[in-house]
Amino acid sequence: MNEQIQPSALSVTRPANKVRRRIFVQKHEAVIYGTVSIICFLALWELAWQLRLISPLFFSGPSAIVVQFWELLVHGNLLRDAAYSGKNFLIGFVLALVTGVPLGILLGWYKRLNLLFDPLINALYAMPRIALYPLIIIWFGIASGSKIFIVFLSAMLPILVNTVAGVRNIDPDLLKAARAFCAQDRQIFATVALPYSVPFILTGVRQGVAHGLIGVIIGELFAGSEGIGYMISYAGQMFQTDTLLVGVVVVMIAGMMLTALGERVRRHFQRWRPDHVGGR
Amino acid sequence: MTAAMAAPAASAHASAAAKLVIEHMSYRYFLEREESEFLAFSDVSLSVNDGEFVAIVGPSGCGKTTLLNVIAGLLPYDEGTMTIGGLPVQGPGINRSMVFQNASLLPWRTVFDNVRYGMEMQRRFEPALMTSRAEEMIRLVGLAGFEKRYPSELSGGMQQRANLARALATDPEVLLMDEPFAALDAQTREFMQAELLKIWSKSKKTVVFITHQIDEAVFLADRVVVMGTRPGRIKKEFPIAFERPRSLSLKRDPKFLATCDDVWRLIEQEAERINVLRAAE
Repeated sequence: MNEQIQPSALSVTRPANKVRRRIFVQKHEAVIYGTVSIICFLALWELAWQLRLISPLFFSGPSAIVVQFWELLVHGNLLRDAAYSGKNFLIGFVLALVTGVPLGILLGWYKRLNLLFDPLINALYAMPRIALYPLIIIWFGIASGSKIFIVFLSAMLPILVNTVAGVRNIDPDLLKAARAFCAQDRQIFATVALPYSVPFILTGVRQGVAHGLIGVIIGELFAGSEGIGYMISYAGQMFQTDTLLVGVVVVMIAGMMLTALGERVRRHFQRWRPDHVGGR
Repeated sequence: MTAAMAAPAASAHASAAAKLVIEHMSYRYFLEREESEFLAFSDVSLSVNDGEFVAIVGPSGCGKTTLLNVIAGLLPYDEGTMTIGGLPVQGPGINRSMVFQNASLLPWRTVFDNVRYGMEMQRRFEPALMTSRAEEMIRLVGLAGFEKRYPSELSGGMQQRANLARALATDPEVLLMDEPFAALDAQTREFMQAELLKIWSKSKKTVVFITHQIDEAVFLADRVVVMGTRPGRIKKEFPIAFERPRSLSLKRDPKFLATCDDVWRLIEQEAERINVLRAAE
């Protein structure tokens, strides 16, 4: 018996390693493929740059961008510009969130209120809000005020529209249960409407982040003398393509980080969902 | 068997111990799509005594669920009267709680927080009392150990236990149950019926239980009320005298089966009458 067990035990352990490796690959498939694709892309780009296939007048290379990034960070205004844009974005976005969500819940809840405001919101939602920017400069000047307002306007509408959709989709059974237990409207907002709308609100937040970032950058491209948008615009005028691309990369990374943060928040609020097992 | 027979029968029940009294109640609803008014039920009179378990059965479309929603105060009635403990009732109130056909638990709340939910909405319990009552009710319905589960992590039967615990936790005078076991598989349904009787014998609530299953109604209730359709109305009441506590083996008792048969014949007659009506149209 002993002789029979040992070989089979060996043959079990060896595939076990293979299996573990396969599970590792399956688990991190997205990361592995994503990293490989980015590394290949960067390598090809750098190769073209080193072979001088790319004119620095029109574009730049990864290494040059990294060098310039460091240069701007240590000796230039990158931190100051990033802080300026970041502050304006943050204030505008928080304002959008604290007005968009409650307003969305009210409009989703009260049918007549929604009928009243729906055409207005649809018009605003459909139009590129950035087209209003010259007007906003007339209202708020070229300093922070106009940038905060354009971020607010850009981000608020997707948050509002999605929150309305969330409230309008509430499971009627849950409303019935709340009503049967004598819940007041205020309680229904807090215990049913708001939690039920969270996935919708977060979809709105995601769109709001994208629109808000566009708002803050375009605002700075338009007017003013500070911020990442200004840095991009100024570098463009000076044909400093590496500085310009540093600005673009910074905005890109900010956008990706905010999206990842949003995803974290979404998972936190949806940990009760059956398709999400564990806390990863 | 006419609707007129039901009214005097109900009045006879309206004694001093009557908890829930409904007299000559009708409910109309307006269907916007068809731009016409329908009569969900008409001239319903029903009296439920304190601590009594009444089951209402009837073919689908007889308005039994509508009647329960009206009793719960979720639908406003404008014809007839309804009193609970002698006081007139309109709209939802703390003296009634409902166990829903769909468990209707908040998916983002744990079992414990769902059982607390009804008490939270009623705003008349101290936080410490809510916690202790929730714990007590969870034990009573046999969900101890599952307090931290989310509804999606429970079986259908366990979800209905939580649904029942939530309703019992508010300590209502009348417990309304809307086909609570209809969505469960046959086995679970049987066990839940026996469980419900156990829980009911401890809490001694006045219960109005809606079902389309005749054996369920006869097994659970002190009195089975049969509703007819077109328009919905009470056709007949059957007092059920089987001794309590009842066990599931009662369902194989010939007397039990005979009672179910009586109820079934009445519903069958009703179904035939409807078919004749339909054919005539």
